[in-house]
Amino acid sequence: MISAILVMAGIGLALGAILGWASVRYRVEDDPLVEKIDAILPQTQCGQCGFPGCKPYAEAIAKGEADINKCPPGGADGVKRLAELLGVEAKPLGEGLEPKPKAIAVIDENTCIGCTLCVQACPVDAIIGAAKQMHTIIADQCTGCELCLPPCPVDCISMEVVKEDVANWKWRYPVHMMKREA
Amino acid sequence: MSRQLFTFNGGVHPEGHKAESNATPIRPMPLLPRYVVPLRQHIGAPARPLVQAGDAVLGGQMIGAPEGYVSTAAHAPTSGRVVAVAPHAVPHPSGLFDLCVVIEADGEDRSIDFQPLDWRKLDPSALRNRIREMGLAGLGGAVFPSYIKLNPSGQTLHTLILNGAECEPWITCDDRLMRERAAEIVLGIEVMAHTLGVKTILIGIEDNKPEALAAMGAAAPSGMEVVAVPTGYPGGGGKQLTYTLTGVETPTGGRSTDAGIQVFNVGTAYSLYRAVYLGEPLLSRVVTVTGHVANPGNFEARIGTPMTDLLAAAGGALDGADGEIVGGPMMGFDLMDQAAPVTKSVNCLIVKDPVRFPPRPTTLPCIRCGACARACPADLQPFEMYWFSRAKDFGKAQSYNLFDCIECGCCAYVCPSHIPLVDFFRFAKSEIWEREQEKHGADQARQRHEFKEFRLEREKREKAEKFARAAEKNKEAAATTTTDATADPDAEKKKAILQAALDRAKKAKEAVTPRNTDNLPPRVEKEIAEIEARRAQAEAKTESGEG
Amino acid sequence: MNGSPFALLANNSVTAVMFKVMAALIPGIIAHAWFFGPGIWVSLLLCTVFAIGVEALILLMRGLPLKPFLSDGSVLVTAWLLALSLPTLAPWWLYAVGIIFAVLVAKQFYGGLGQNLFNPAMVGYAALIISFPVYMTQWPAPVGLADHSPTLLEAFDLVFAGQGSISPDAFTSATVLDTWKTQVKLGKPVEDILAQPMFGWGGGKGQEFVALMYLLGGLLMLSSRLITWHVPVAFLAGLAITAGGLHLLEPARHAGVLFHLLSGGAMLGAFFIATDPVTAASTPLGKLIYAGLAGFLTAIIRGFGGYPDGVAFAVLIANVCVPFIDAYTQPRVFGHRKAGK
Ligand code: SF4
Ligand code: SF4
Ligand code: SF4
Ligand code: SF4
Repeated sequence: MISAILVMAGIGLALGAILGWASVRYRVEDDPLVEKIDAILPQTQCGQCGFPGCKPYAEAIAKGEADINKCPPGGADGVKRLAELLGVEAKPLGEGLEPKPKAIAVIDENTCIGCTLCVQACPVDAIIGAAKQMHTIIADQCTGCELCLPPCPVDCISMEVVKEDVANWKWRYPVHMMKREA
Repeated sequence: MSRQLFTFNGGVHPEGHKAESNATPIRPMPLLPRYVVPLRQHIGAPARPLVQAGDAVLGGQMIGAPEGYVSTAAHAPTSGRVVAVAPHAVPHPSGLFDLCVVIEADGEDRSIDFQPLDWRKLDPSALRNRIREMGLAGLGGAVFPSYIKLNPSGQTLHTLILNGAECEPWITCDDRLMRERAAEIVLGIEVMAHTLGVKTILIGIEDNKPEALAAMGAAAPSGMEVVAVPTGYPGGGGKQLTYTLTGVETPTGGRSTDAGIQVFNVGTAYSLYRAVYLGEPLLSRVVTVTGHVANPGNFEARIGTPMTDLLAAAGGALDGADGEIVGGPMMGFDLMDQAAPVTKSVNCLIVKDPVRFPPRPTTLPCIRCGACARACPADLQPFEMYWFSRAKDFGKAQSYNLFDCIECGCCAYVCPSHIPLVDFFRFAKSEIWEREQEKHGADQARQRHEFKEFRLEREKREKAEKFARAAEKNKEAAATTTTDATADPDAEKKKAILQAALDRAKKAKEAVTPRNTDNLPPRVEKEIAEIEARRAQAEAKTESGEG
Repeated sequence: MNGSPFALLANNSVTAVMFKVMAALIPGIIAHAWFFGPGIWVSLLLCTVFAIGVEALILLMRGLPLKPFLSDGSVLVTAWLLALSLPTLAPWWLYAVGIIFAVLVAKQFYGGLGQNLFNPAMVGYAALIISFPVYMTQWPAPVGLADHSPTLLEAFDLVFAGQGSISPDAFTSATVLDTWKTQVKLGKPVEDILAQPMFGWGGGKGQEFVALMYLLGGLLMLSSRLITWHVPVAFLAGLAITAGGLHLLEPARHAGVLFHLLSGGAMLGAFFIATDPVTAASTPLGKLIYAGLAGFLTAIIRGFGGYPDGVAFAVLIANVCVPFIDAYTQPRVFGHRKAGK
């Protein structure tokens, strides 16, 4: 009896030692948690999460001060990935938050008075132009955060939904025919 | 012809169905009233339209200019008038519209003057540039711009492989081309070999095409070796043919050029011949029209020929026709709209009928029988990739080397459960691509955001420093002028504030243009430049209006 | 939208695969009936009916269409394999319980066709041998050796009415594997054991021919590429090497290689049970490891375990290892660097 217990304990110890050694030996050099969270956030920098950008939100999540379901651009998929990273249950997006189709801002070049207010608002410097000149948005760099809409005194900025075309078209999830037709 | 051949694993042997269309010579097409030339016919960036609705064009005139490195030109198939540069149906699995130049033919079929190229004298890079302008792209299906493939770009190439295997069932356009125009193909191959500087030239043709083998064998000069390769799908896949002929495996994620081998389709060699010897851009290609049509065969169709006209040329679809496939039955896709035109990539149009192309039987669960793995020419484990693609666990799917899949369809062909495996792989691949792109975009956005914050911070700091410096100066000045104790601290403060305000105003004047355009990629720089130009124009207008 | 390849699909379907497997079983079944009497028809029939019934019921409950799934034939293969592993002339409910375990627990509880981790027929067998060991060791003796061999009618009677009318002792005996084990334990010399009428030239009398017929069916499947050589060869090799080694070490306790190969479920296991694609390893190397392991375990369980045959447990244990084996035996992908280069 005693010997059996001893053997079991011995095996346990040995395995524990191996596991411990392995975890030291194969430890991955990790980014700090904030970076990892920030890497999942879509970087739209829209502030819909209630923080002034993705990084502050990431910091708040890391500190446990914010829930993971506050970022509409990230959508359900983003929440899921955050949940996986943090080892918590995924949940639906928070109240009143809804993902919108990806859109980019377009400035009506004929109306723009060149006030530079939108330039200051854009978190990713996607608007170019100088004072008293008309401004233009670089489509590639616009994240669709809509932060440039409110400051514009002449309401010349509008959001255009990105349309699917031959270049960005994706293969759909194949249809299964296994379920019985109702 | 006693070359040692290598046998790749896997592969399947579907019924060939070549006899339907390979008995008759390539037929010319009548001049049509309307052509639709897509600007995105190749892999890479679409061509930039050079014409507008209303413009008159001549046959062979460039109507789309290559844009960026991986791109090539598009040309008017005949003389006439541009009626629209607008989205139009194109042969694409999505059925989405893409930008096309629609040309109404004037019936005179006049062309620009074609200038043959003296390729032996021409500098290779000049030759490549001409080829780029002639719009040459691989005609085997991948439509990679040819001029890039003709550029050894520092790599030493030793072998040129001409792909005449044509392993997909039903398709016979390369077969007919080799039978009828072997001499011209050979001339094109010579140009290729010259530009690439290769020593060995192998022409691989499946042994189910004895006539093509004979014709090419007769035309090929010494130094070109015509090799009969065993018939079997996908024996004509680039990687597979390379392996069969040389035993070299194209490294994963790389190209055969990494191993000193370049592969071209025989059709591309033919169009290169036309480009160099006749000076003619890529204006037409041979297309197989077969299946459930009255008069199956091969047609020399101009790029831009609407599919409806192509079908009509083959006598039209027979009763009971059930849609069309663009490309072969193994890798092709459903034609969504018959208005779509023939492009450089369209090698075959198959009209389906319910007997030879029955609907896919009910899909059953995977029984892990491994038939797919045995059939896979890339030695993958399709059922594992399927499992994870279906579960949308893309990381896992990738760990089973999803991106080594060439989408040949062998696995789905043999699967006893009739699982549309390739559809799953395409789905998973495009999801992964999108994610990677999103990731890339997010990274850029993060960088730009951080840069902006840094810039704001810097501006603030600079302002503060200036303020402090000014204050210091004032203090000093005050100290030197009024050394006695009558100094009024309040006045001094006021002064400093005033000075700061002045400074600010001055600085604002200096920096009327808060440039945020540092470190931009050249493409965006260009976009900005264009925008500025537009703006200058608009300004000129408004100013003249105001003045 | 349906992508390529367009349905000129190879003439191949789950149904075809399953029916070919069943066809390959037929020589063995006929031999079985020839040597052990018509009882096998009754058990085949019963298992088939029960299996279809259970499967249909569950499909209905899961809201899946009956036609494609019932006609895929996989449940029939399971039913036949179970029937061939169980003693004939046992009471009907024994078959029913076995099928319920095989189809309901082992297959459908795991998600149905293609999802199960364990070989369904072997789960049914294992469940029965644990729950009803007495019935599982009463095998009909070969025709001619028993005092009385039941006719087909009598067989039905026995199965449904219980064993009242004819005393089971009249026609059953233990299997040769069992006999060997018990008598070796009693210290009987090997020659005496083998001299008993129930032992034939190789395995059990009659049984050896049945095994050869399974071998024939297996070879048929091999030649029609239904299975690859890896599993049967590795299984039989694992069994033969282990059994041979044991025999060399202790000939008085362990029977010879031929005896092991031709008795019990060895051939059936090697060609029909271990090859079940769903539960077997899938990579070539993995198949070798998996089946070799199953063969090795069969010999070990036969040699040292308490159960009359080891195939079922050996296969089930090997099944557990499959995900692990597969994960570590992924073949080199085209274009990836050759190992060691
Ligand atoms: S809501 Fe906007 S700012 Fe907040 S994390 Fe999401 S994208 Fe970033
Ligand atoms: S341009 Fe407007 S919508 Fe786009 S990123 Fe800048 S502020 Fe956001
Ligand atoms: S062929 Fe089909 S059923 Fe067989 S393992 Fe592959 S995916 Fe599964
Ligand atoms: S489609 Fe991909 S996985 Fe399927 S056989 Fe071809 S290469 Fe292999």
